[in-house]
Amino acid sequence: ICTFFLSNQVLGRFNRARAAQLTLPHYLCQTPLFMPVGTQGTIKGLTKNQLEEIGCQIILGNTYHLALRPTSELIDELGGLHKFMNWPRALLTDSGGFQMVSLLHLADITEKGVTFQSPVDGKPMLLTPEESIQIQNRIGADIIMALDDVVRTTITGPRIEEAMYRTLRWIDRSIAAHKRPNEQNLFGIVQGGLDPVLRDICVRGLVERNLPGYAIGGLAGGEDKDSFWRVVAQCTAALPEDKPRYVMGVGYPLDIVVCSALGADMYDCVYPTRTARFGTALVPEGVLKLKHQAMANDIRPIDPMCECMVCKNYTRAYIHCLVTKDAMGSQLLSYHNLYYMMKLSRDLHSSIVEGRFPEFVCKFLQTMFPKGDVPEWVCNAMEVAGIDISSCCHEMKV
Amino acid sequence: MKFAVKKGWSNGRARSGVLQLGSCPFPIQTPALLLTTRKGLPPFISPDLLTSSLPSPDSHLLQFSPLHFLEGISPKTISNIGGLHQMLSLHQHIFAAVPRDSIIALPEHDSTNKYGASFQTPGCRLLIKPAEYVELVSSMEPDFWVTLADEVPAWVSNKRNRTSVDRTLRWLDDCLSLNKESTTIFGSIVGGSSIEERHRCAQEVAQRNVSGYWIGGFGLGESMDEQAALLTAVTDDLPEDMPRHVSGLGLPEEVLQGVAAGIDLFDSTYVYHLTLGGFALTFPLERNKGENADYQLSDLGGDDMKINLKATVYRKDTSPIVESCNCFTCQNHTKAYLNHLFNVHEMLAQTLLEIHNTHHYLGFFCSIRKAIEEGKFEQFRRNFVESRRDRLFAAASSA
Ligand SMILES: [Zn+2]
Ligand SMILES: [Zn+2]
Repeated sequence: ICTFFLSNQVLGRFNRARAAQLTLPHYLCQTPLFMPVGTQGTIKGLTKNQLEEIGCQIILGNTYHLALRPTSELIDELGGLHKFMNWPRALLTDSGGFQMVSLLHLADITEKGVTFQSPVDGKPMLLTPEESIQIQNRIGADIIMALDDVVRTTITGPRIEEAMYRTLRWIDRSIAAHKRPNEQNLFGIVQGGLDPVLRDICVRGLVERNLPGYAIGGLAGGEDKDSFWRVVAQCTAALPEDKPRYVMGVGYPLDIVVCSALGADMYDCVYPTRTARFGTALVPEGVLKLKHQAMANDIRPIDPMCECMVCKNYTRAYIHCLVTKDAMGSQLLSYHNLYYMMKLSRDLHSSIVEGRFPEFVCKFLQTMFPKGDVPEWVCNAMEVAGIDISSCCHEMKV
Repeated sequence: MKFAVKKGWSNGRARSGVLQLGSCPFPIQTPALLLTTRKGLPPFISPDLLTSSLPSPDSHLLQFSPLHFLEGISPKTISNIGGLHQMLSLHQHIFAAVPRDSIIALPEHDSTNKYGASFQTPGCRLLIKPAEYVELVSSMEPDFWVTLADEVPAWVSNKRNRTSVDRTLRWLDDCLSLNKESTTIFGSIVGGSSIEERHRCAQEVAQRNVSGYWIGGFGLGESMDEQAALLTAVTDDLPEDMPRHVSGLGLPEEVLQGVAAGIDLFDSTYVYHLTLGGFALTFPLERNKGENADYQLSDLGGDDMKINLKATVYRKDTSPIVESCNCFTCQNHTKAYLNHLFNVHEMLAQTLLEIHNTHHYLGFFCSIRKAIEEGKFEQFRRNFVESRRDRLFAAASSA
């Protein structure tokens, strides 16, 4: 069974929101935190030094991609992913299952595992929970994820229940297969779709296994926002206080603020770097589309308040003339967007520690919704989180 | 601008000099390499890496094409921002404006006419007249700029070649009279592969009031054997106390030939093209010591100068590109990682490789300067060419 050495001592809290230190084998992290996705052992042309400057604490690698190229055996032979990419801080790998189900049309899930067609030679292949762990043991990330039975949140009916129970059965196979519990932390994933009863069974089941951390899976897949936050709220309320909670595939800055208010700690999403590729910058007001013709003569920085290398040096006009045409455009925008996410993580952490979390949330919402039109789901979630945001929602209260 | 040749002609025509330009607080030693840029930045090296990962001041010379900015941003906006140094936040770098860049602004002699020079860009074909060019350049405030030229490839008729010299001279006069502020201008010299026309052009340009000379029309189909005579025809006619800049000579042998002819500044897309192809420069920089270093054979996808990081042999190679190299890439990453990045088409591959290749090529220029200053340039050049031939022979006979 898994040795628990991950300490997530809660430093500060505001109602359900928590700021903590997460001690991982390679890095002492501050939560809440956002993990950028470095699918193939790298992020959008940024060097390891730049990622450190930006403040990245954990980078996520995709097991499916790494297992294909350069292969987990090679990574293992060369001393693990940290050494391979020369990244001194923490790493997390996913189970590979999600990628298969979402990228490959012919994936088929049975009790044994996920059957899929090899993209290399077209032969049928099987990824079992044991194999996923074995691959992740070879890659060597600080946090590894158990294979789960992923279903779209928009699906209803008995398939959801089947997937939830299967996920619970697979966690035992994963725990049994885990060969490096003293160096790698295995997180279990809560499934159960949008059904509170199934989610409850799954949370209890996982908590019984006393894992180093827990993820809330199956979200950010197109479900309505009210269902989304309710699942997060339900799971965070039921998960143990002293273990990190990771909401997978989230997300947008607003979602991160809401989930943190509800007691979640970790997030990952391709959004900041993907949107950079299309010329969009994240700013406190929302987004800034650098491709827009209005940017051509705008001599302000992307975000005048941002202290990143890009905003300190460049105008919107110059970035406008780079985006989409030159590789440098997406490189610089990725830098800014990741910096924005890391700054948001730091601000969440420090505002909780310093006891001014509600003020931070209000300021965040006021900037993003200057007209006071904060979405209803946010208002509902904040009520559950015990944060009074009435000062930012003028119109709705009238 | 200040320029001084340090050691006269002690190495034949090869010369070592010092160039001091307005914005750069450090004197630049010549012969020197100007880094190729796209819109003012090296193609894959972000500005923070440019200043933190490459040697200073060697990496402070940047070549750019004003034509890159014709799309997306207006000269007025660039001028409002305060010129290129301000826009790129590279206040201590030297920006040299050269219309042609061999990547996305290629001279297109067929469409060039008496009104202006034509360039092929990825989006469209552009015709740019001297007046437009001067306006564009003045909005950018480069440290020095090259006048508009009608560059023709080596194979054009004598008549077309003569026309190109006539036009280039006329445009030079246009540029000089259109230029209102006190800027540093390099007069363009063309003449294709005709020794006569090269002489005619150089003699004419030498009579104009310019601060330096730019030699165009290279890298456009002429053979390497022709280059030496064409270059010396030009430098013969130029005053010794002014800098000479050439575009289009990229291979190390071509650079050595240019230095031997008395060229001071080089810009080329050699490093860019190597980087795109996954090639890393590996040739030894210290000729005397590294003579017997390991050379990769051609069946590994490289030759004695470079290796191809995409080759499968590097899949498990945990050594840096060059063991003794102190660039960011070699200090931090293995060939195996670079091989992986190229395999999965990740942008970091080009970033890391451009850093190494630029670093390595700047080192090559440093060795050249050292050789000139020690009075051993001809020996250095001979050793370089000969040992390369020996290794190619060894590679061929062992294959
Ligand atoms: Zn910024
Ligand atoms: Zn290097």
